[in-house]
Amino acid sequence: MLTVFLGGLLIYGSFDFPLWGDPAAPASIHVSPYYIENTLKDTSVPNIVTAVLADYRGYDTMFETVVIFAAGIACLFLLRTYKTVEPDIQLYRHIPTGITLRIEKGGKFPADSRYFERLDSAWVPYGLIVKTTCRLVIPFIQIFALYVIAHGHYSPGGGFQGGVIMGASLVLFAIAFDLRSAIRRMGERVIMLLATLGVGIYAGFGILSMLLEKNYLDYSVLANLFAFDPASAHSHGILIVEIGVGIVVMAVMVLLYYILASAGKNDEGL
Amino acid sequence: MVDGVIEIIVSRINYWVYIALMMIGLYGIIIKNNIMKKIIGLSILQTAVILFFVSIGAKMNATIPIIDHPNASAHTAISATHFINPLPHVLMLTAIVVAVATLGVALSMIIKIYREYNTLEEDEILPQLREDK
Amino acid sequence: MNWQIELIILAIVIICGISALSVKDLLSAAILFGAYSFMMCLLWAIMGAVDVAFTEASVGAGVSTVLFVAAVYQTSRRTKD
Repeated sequence: MLTVFLGGLLIYGSFDFPLWGDPAAPASIHVSPYYIENTLKDTSVPNIVTAVLADYRGYDTMFETVVIFAAGIACLFLLRTYKTVEPDIQLYRHIPTGITLRIEKGGKFPADSRYFERLDSAWVPYGLIVKTTCRLVIPFIQIFALYVIAHGHYSPGGGFQGGVIMGASLVLFAIAFDLRSAIRRMGERVIMLLATLGVGIYAGFGILSMLLEKNYLDYSVLANLFAFDPASAHSHGILIVEIGVGIVVMAVMVLLYYILASAGKNDEGL
Repeated sequence: MVDGVIEIIVSRINYWVYIALMMIGLYGIIIKNNIMKKIIGLSILQTAVILFFVSIGAKMNATIPIIDHPNASAHTAISATHFINPLPHVLMLTAIVVAVATLGVALSMIIKIYREYNTLEEDEILPQLREDK
Repeated sequence: MNWQIELIILAIVIICGISALSVKDLLSAAILFGAYSFMMCLLWAIMGAVDVAFTEASVGAGVSTVLFVAAVYQTSRRTKD
């Protein structure tokens, strides 16, 4: 009942809306013509959305970065447990022949032997096709993610999209192989250090520009330091800031997957 | 009279569809008993609101907000009616980011609730809560 | 030609949204949510918001669906309603 009433109220409000695609609508008159006409002159970045996001409204983007970081930390606090209890039944697979061993509680096993790999408790088959395909595809995904970050000035993209694609490539690695080998490659400490590094790049850039006697997050300090002209200084400042955003987003996506897939214990998972 | 009504309906039907989508999300949050369904409804509501905002910035016969040929355009004037409005896009980028962050936190809360009560249906959790008190 | 495509995709979006809330299997709800997210991305690409469409394609159809499936794996899969 409530939803029908609210829907009716909103429909009554929609009679005042401007027509679809009207150039004289109030949303398009007040502020955005300034952004459209002056972006190329101020910043020499053709992608208007990236320029507004990282230069004209850079303060908002900094807080958005802090929000992503806080969400990763919140997930960590909610679910992560550190007491490791070895499960009763451990499964091992002999790599050359594919035989699976099952060690009951109390049995002994040489922990680091080259010929055996540890499986999850829910027995997983040896998926050769998936592993080979992912091993081929993942480097190309990462190169594409770096391209999206670096090319955000001229095409749709930017720091956030490239960071998500990079994080998705690491999640793909963790799905195709198991979670243990992903954690062995990109451990938890490295991920958290990367997250703080990303936020530090963004906020630290603002503090750097404040140390040089200008406003916070003012990009024209680069023109004073390195002798650029002001438009290129803005463009390079946007690039540095986008790299910071990309690093944080990648780290938080991978951290969220590690925590959710193993319910906090970080040893086995999807 | 009928022409006027049909013209009103045809010109505003986009907004009504977006409002219907928002109401579907709200229905999912309020009425469904399963907590995972509530989170799906929340996410539907979030993306429907983002769709509504982006649709405000559309203009007829205008192109995407990326200036092509930046070296040549420095000499010709860039008219603001030639490009669509980029301001809602910027705000909605932040909104999508915040949506995925809250989704991550909500899903970890669901796992913790499941560990405590061993079910996700709300009509089984509420009596357990009352007798725990 | 433009508004026909938009109408069809809007219809698919509403059908995906309603069915993601009504199926009884939570894994199917997660996959339907991924499809809904991708149809939204197409809508925004038609309207000209290419940055928003890129972000939603990578976030919604990539990371968000995987997180949902991971959460369903850790909790139960069936639901009564």
